[in-house]
Amino acid sequence: MTTPDPARRQVHLVAHFPGVNSATVWSDPASGSQIDFASFRHFARTAERGLFDYVFLAEGLRLREHGGRIHDLDVAGRPATLAILAAMASVTRNIGVVGTLTSTFNEPTELARQLATIDHLSGGRVGWNVVTSPDAFHGANFRRGGFLPYAERYTRAEEFVALAKALWDSWEAGAILADREAGRFVDPERVHRVRHRGPQFDVAATSTVPRSPQGYPVIVQAGDSPAGRDFAAANAEIIFSRHTGYADGQQFYRDVKGRLPAAGRDEDSLLILPGASFALGDTDAEARERAREISLAQTSPQTAVAWVEAIWGRALPGLDPDGRLPDAEPGEGEQRQGQVSTRVEDRIARAAELRARAEAERLTVRELVAAETAHHTFVGSPATIAAEIDRYVQGRASDGFVLVPHLTPGGLDEFVDRVVPLLQERGVFRTEYAVDPVTGANPTLRRTLGLPEPQRPDSARYRPEGGPGDASAAESVPEDAAVPEEVPA
Amino acid sequence: MADIIRAGDSGSPITVGVALEGGGWHPAAWREDGAGPETLFTAAYWQGLIDIADEAGLDYATLEDALSTRSAGFGAPDDDPGLRPEIVEGRLDALLTASWLAPRTTRIGLIPTVTTTHTEPFHVATALQTLDHVSEGRAGWQLRISGDAASARAFGRRPAPEIDLADVLAGEPDAGLDALLGDAADVAETARRLWDSWEEDAIIRDVATGRFLDRDRVHHIRFASERFSVIGPSIVPRSPQGQLPVTLLSHSPRVHALAAETADVVFITPENPSPRAGASRGKPVAEIVAEVRAAERAADRAGRGLAPLRIVADLVVALDAPGEAATDRLDRLDDLAGTPFASDARVAAGSPERVADLIGDWLGAGIDGVRLRPLALPHDLTAIAERLLPVLRDRGLAAPGGADPRPLREVFGLASAPNRYAVARAAGDASEEAAA
Ligand SMILES: Cc1cc2nc3c(=O)[nH]c(=O)nc-3n(C[C@@H](O)[C@H](O)[C@H](O)COP(=O)(O)O)c2cc1C
Repeated sequence: MTTPDPARRQVHLVAHFPGVNSATVWSDPASGSQIDFASFRHFARTAERGLFDYVFLAEGLRLREHGGRIHDLDVAGRPATLAILAAMASVTRNIGVVGTLTSTFNEPTELARQLATIDHLSGGRVGWNVVTSPDAFHGANFRRGGFLPYAERYTRAEEFVALAKALWDSWEAGAILADREAGRFVDPERVHRVRHRGPQFDVAATSTVPRSPQGYPVIVQAGDSPAGRDFAAANAEIIFSRHTGYADGQQFYRDVKGRLPAAGRDEDSLLILPGASFALGDTDAEARERAREISLAQTSPQTAVAWVEAIWGRALPGLDPDGRLPDAEPGEGEQRQGQVSTRVEDRIARAAELRARAEAERLTVRELVAAETAHHTFVGSPATIAAEIDRYVQGRASDGFVLVPHLTPGGLDEFVDRVVPLLQERGVFRTEYAVDPVTGANPTLRRTLGLPEPQRPDSARYRPEGGPGDASAAESVPEDAAVPEEVPA
Repeated sequence: MADIIRAGDSGSPITVGVALEGGGWHPAAWREDGAGPETLFTAAYWQGLIDIADEAGLDYATLEDALSTRSAGFGAPDDDPGLRPEIVEGRLDALLTASWLAPRTTRIGLIPTVTTTHTEPFHVATALQTLDHVSEGRAGWQLRISGDAASARAFGRRPAPEIDLADVLAGEPDAGLDALLGDAADVAETARRLWDSWEEDAIIRDVATGRFLDRDRVHHIRFASERFSVIGPSIVPRSPQGQLPVTLLSHSPRVHALAAETADVVFITPENPSPRAGASRGKPVAEIVAEVRAAERAADRAGRGLAPLRIVADLVVALDAPGEAATDRLDRLDDLAGTPFASDARVAAGSPERVADLIGDWLGAGIDGVRLRPLALPHDLTAIAERLLPVLRDRGLAAPGGADPRPLREVFGLASAPNRYAVARAAGDASEEAAA
């Protein structure tokens, strides 16, 4: 075994449980259940064997629909995020568990206690990918309904995270005394009531969960709009990005890291991890052949037609997957719900792009859809892929990758067995988790990621000068302040 | 082999479960030798408890939960009751604790408390389904409402319920309580529909037609009441049990009615002289059982596909320890707490044989099981597992141990749940609305 080379930037790896979309191949005989816990156990343990930073789950709060009916061509059905995170943490020791949870259809008091619970149970291994999906389609599953205008999605997310952090901070580290003799279990002076009033939330709460090992879960973000990038610069410790090209990745990396100083943050306090798919082979040529096979499996003739229908906004019953794109333009209709842009101008522009590509590369509908949607980030032998990943990280096109295998649950096995050892040989990937040599305690997720501790520890926050429970700082905050306000009680 | 002598009206076997709460049900339990007050928020603490219960073959463990601190009692109008330093404050989320425990246990049923009042029905239903997947069919739900002002303020989404605690305790009608119970009924109905929204064989993986799903077997539930609406279907495929056993604790005919409408199992609190027992104060087992059966007759359970309610009696248990009688221990803890212990359930302190006598009497009055609340943890849980359960088994009151893992429904004697949509289709009616 080699040891990490301090002169080289270290690679971070994340294992994305195969998702609910066409990238996850279900027709392969090796494809297993997407819902049995055995699949999650296998996947999480494989990632841990490979010394990954964390396992990751996406979230979708409504089954996708196509043509007004449930979309039936892709893998569908998934567990609820928080419960499965807790269970995956239970069957692993050191790896982190990070889930996608929307700030739109949750409430801060509840989500904060849920995440803190998993942080306690796992010894500090939890993270939260904050997403903002605001649309009425998903809203139809919630008491809330589809109430949030698109422009307010990050207003709510900002306020949500600020309030959640106040709750996580509200029990000081020493608040639990557990003093049997004196009969004092808790020191009420060191538990602070949180008051918050803002456009989205009006809450007064005493948190029910003591401070957890990490204080806050690691905050991940995956939005891409300018508002999303600003939100990330202010709040996120990790960005899960779509920018997988090398040059594009470098540009995104510079853009986001460039926003950090304005937020008073250090460049090393945020990691950028693009999603990446891969196809491995003994040789590069063999890998290319496998990549082609995977792409075709990801793009059945029916999937290709449905994808074109989603852009055209209507059913295209006569469309031949081995033929050409429709001659007519996309219309106003909405064929795929909750996924594709509903703006007809966007879709007309997209159709023009697709026609141009099909013509230039002489592609059938199915070949075109495969080229557009079933492209693999890394294709090659283990040595080729290890070298590519290393190049991205040394070149600041990313800090590592969120790997998205195409098979459940075994899609990561080969990567762990064959690529991870080569990254270790290069001195750019850990050879063990930072387990405490004395106590055997697992590292927190933040420690594994090499991220700094959260900036506002409880003691500084609540006891600047006035001593325990001093609320003097709060009195100057106007009751009707439009900005979020959290004060100790 | 001991025969199971007790079979309720429905012919189900009796059950013996435990209710886990903080450091135990006595407010000073955390100060006992052997308690682990500094470990209450660790996985190891809960793992240690569940291992005792699982290895002994107890049927299930319920995990208590609430959205506000323990100082904020039900119906309390004060939205900031403060923290009391002398009791265990703080708790972990019960459903997530159960999710953590599920892969690390083999047989025991796991029944977290999840409130319906401030939560999203869709999240509640799908999280419970996930627990059922993770536990391979050992999950249940203890449904509760949050009637305190502190919980309402902590969410800030709806005004504090206007509950008159005196009325509720007296068993008088209360509009505020009715509103919360009505909402709970809606949430339970939504959950049940979501749990059925994927039929068992919805996943077909048909390569020839390119279809992963048979979408005729995945259903919008279109639940709508004046309180909220949920369109569905669930994002979670049908779980091993399909319908999880729904349980709830009831002290009054009004809540019996909710149980009769939506639950599979009701926990009752007989023979308890304490005012904390509310409307059930002082009532003998047979009287409460009769009240529950009356509530059942008023609800159309069969029409909803529900079996007769399983009635389970709650009992706080303190067992003699070598060198110290349980009654002495209770006195000692009361001294530490500064007040005599009173609970909403009757307290039974004594030898395993005496406690078994009481349970035996109760079984004769028509209950289907007991839920034991250990006075102090882990002490009384260990004593229940090692000394009380064997006595119950010897007397044929509890089922013998060593059975293979079973779905929790089966433990409660509930037949496997038919899927309402599949049933409707079999009846020749394909429309989702008809099934709903
Ligand atoms: C790589 C990536 C993954 C995402 N995964 C999810 C997801 O699992 N669930 C979800 O609801 N939204 C997901 N999103 C979308 C949200 O992160 C985002 O909040 C939403 O698109 C609106 O933000 P934006 O306008 O800044 O992009 C993802 C976005 C990206 C870039």
